[in-house]
Amino acid sequence: MNTFKKLLGYVWMLLSPAIILFLIYEAVVKIAAASEASKANTILQWVIILLIFLPITIGFFIFGKYASQNEYEHLPESSSEIMD
Amino acid sequence: MNGTKPPSKIAFVIGASSVGTLIEWYDFYIFGMLATILSKQFFPSDAGTAALLSTLAIFAAGFIVRPFGALVFGRLGDLIGRKHTFLLTLVIMGGSTFAIGLVPGYASIGWLAPILVLVLRLLQGLALGGEYGGAATYVAEHAPAGQRGFWTSWIQTTATLGLFLALGVIILIRSNQGVDQFSAEWGGWRYPFWISILLVGVSVLIRMRMSESPMFSKLKAEGKTSVNPLKESFGNKANFKMVLLALFGAVMGQGVVWYTGQFYAQSFIETVCKIEFVQSRNIMLIAILMATPCFVLFGWLSDKIGRKWIMLTGMLLAVLTYRPIYKEFINITDASKRTQIVDNRLSSSMTAFPIIDGKDKTKVYIKKQEDTTYLDGSVFRYSIVDTLMLKDSMYSSRPLTLIFPSMIKYQSPKPFVHVEKTLGNAAFWDMVWLVFIQIVYVTMVYGPIAAFLVEMFPTKIRYTSMSLPYHIGNGVFGGLVPFLGTLIVEFTKSESHPAGDVLAGLWYPIGVASICLIIGAVYLTNKIDKEVMD
Repeated sequence: MNTFKKLLGYVWMLLSPAIILFLIYEAVVKIAAASEASKANTILQWVIILLIFLPITIGFFIFGKYASQNEYEHLPESSSEIMD
Repeated sequence: MNGTKPPSKIAFVIGASSVGTLIEWYDFYIFGMLATILSKQFFPSDAGTAALLSTLAIFAAGFIVRPFGALVFGRLGDLIGRKHTFLLTLVIMGGSTFAIGLVPGYASIGWLAPILVLVLRLLQGLALGGEYGGAATYVAEHAPAGQRGFWTSWIQTTATLGLFLALGVIILIRSNQGVDQFSAEWGGWRYPFWISILLVGVSVLIRMRMSESPMFSKLKAEGKTSVNPLKESFGNKANFKMVLLALFGAVMGQGVVWYTGQFYAQSFIETVCKIEFVQSRNIMLIAILMATPCFVLFGWLSDKIGRKWIMLTGMLLAVLTYRPIYKEFINITDASKRTQIVDNRLSSSMTAFPIIDGKDKTKVYIKKQEDTTYLDGSVFRYSIVDTLMLKDSMYSSRPLTLIFPSMIKYQSPKPFVHVEKTLGNAAFWDMVWLVFIQIVYVTMVYGPIAAFLVEMFPTKIRYTSMSLPYHIGNGVFGGLVPFLGTLIVEFTKSESHPAGDVLAGLWYPIGVASICLIIGAVYLTNKIDKEVMD
């Protein structure tokens, strides 16, 4: 199970940049395809989406990194394991 | 210590915390419930879908700032205490909700209107970001060991009951007013915002009588409270990795399931299925009322068998059944799937009203209304609007009853058709059951989650640590479901397929819940932490 957790960690690490690239690609395509009348609205929507999801995706990458380092092999059972 | 607390004391703690949290949810949700009207009030009248998307974006903005509220107020809660912090959030929430009801429309003050609404919406989001974590922590820290899931599940009902209250108040006002009166610039849609100030006043009085959480008081007396909760929560790797696990392994899936079942469903049956305003909300109200006891049921059950598998089962069921459920929504409301009563005297009443444009006197709208009655008791109302340009405005200077072809300079090639469906009894209940199933999923993922989060983090940084993943999961992943769902459907529209794929919006919650399900199943533990005093 721990090997599986570790391997999945690499999957999350790969998925993170893939999500970022997908979002940037979609933003470029949709903004380019938007009509003049709706361009400003489309740009605004995609700026919001990118600003929100970029930091979360970075967090997801860090999660994957921890998982690949077997940080989740043992979960803390008391607060002393977290605070010490 | 808390295990010996008398039940009456715990009941007061639950009641006082829950009422305030319920009101905060009410304040937050009336905005979403009235999104269609707000988009017309605060944006240019010809902006159409763009206006709706912009309002949804403002609605979403309220969700996006929730994590920041979690950081600001979570830190305060860990520094000065739970009680005073969530008193403050309640006052901010009530004040900003009341103020939204006072902002004049776009027609009166132009772009200042949406800007003011956005600022107030951000304040609402900040306040809610601070409220929930405080209330859940406060109740959990009073609850006897072994019953934490049961007692915190009462707090979990408040989000749904807040939605119920918002729907109820809106329906009550709308039932006593016509569409025009309700939707006017200073019409009935503002009343739910104004009512908030009374509710918040009552709740503040109740909360003033509450005492501080026993665990926090103990830490404070011993001088062991956190000096820098943000640093200790997110700068400490051992805790930060648990924050990430809580977010990606539980809360992000819970968030999308919650907002799909209770918000996307309502938006879908109103804008895609075209169910009449009051009936669509009645469907939601009844389904919510029937499913709400399941929060307590699953909270209680999580004390017996653990939290993890209840939450993940809810996610799995949602992933597997969302598309069939929404497909069935479309089937139930499809005109071609029902038998029309052919007797024209009973089935249709056609009247045409010529309406002259307020500004351009040569522009005339011909509005026809047709009611079609079906064997199952459903009535579909079609409002068909043709736009004509007359050759001369002189025609509009006298009462307009007949328009001859020779008077017309231009006629719109395609009339605008608006459909409003009132379902018969059987179809109505089919819709209720389908929403009910989705809300049962909500109760499975949401009922145990407060206890689950409380048990993950130490007392001294609990407010901060649990609030952030909760509000990213719910505020960002969940709150964006209506916005992103609508946006994804927009992307599927083309000239050959103008309606697009109306089910495409579901891929967002299904995708997020699937990833969360895998992470939760692999990395989370089902063990219940008996000791949360540490």
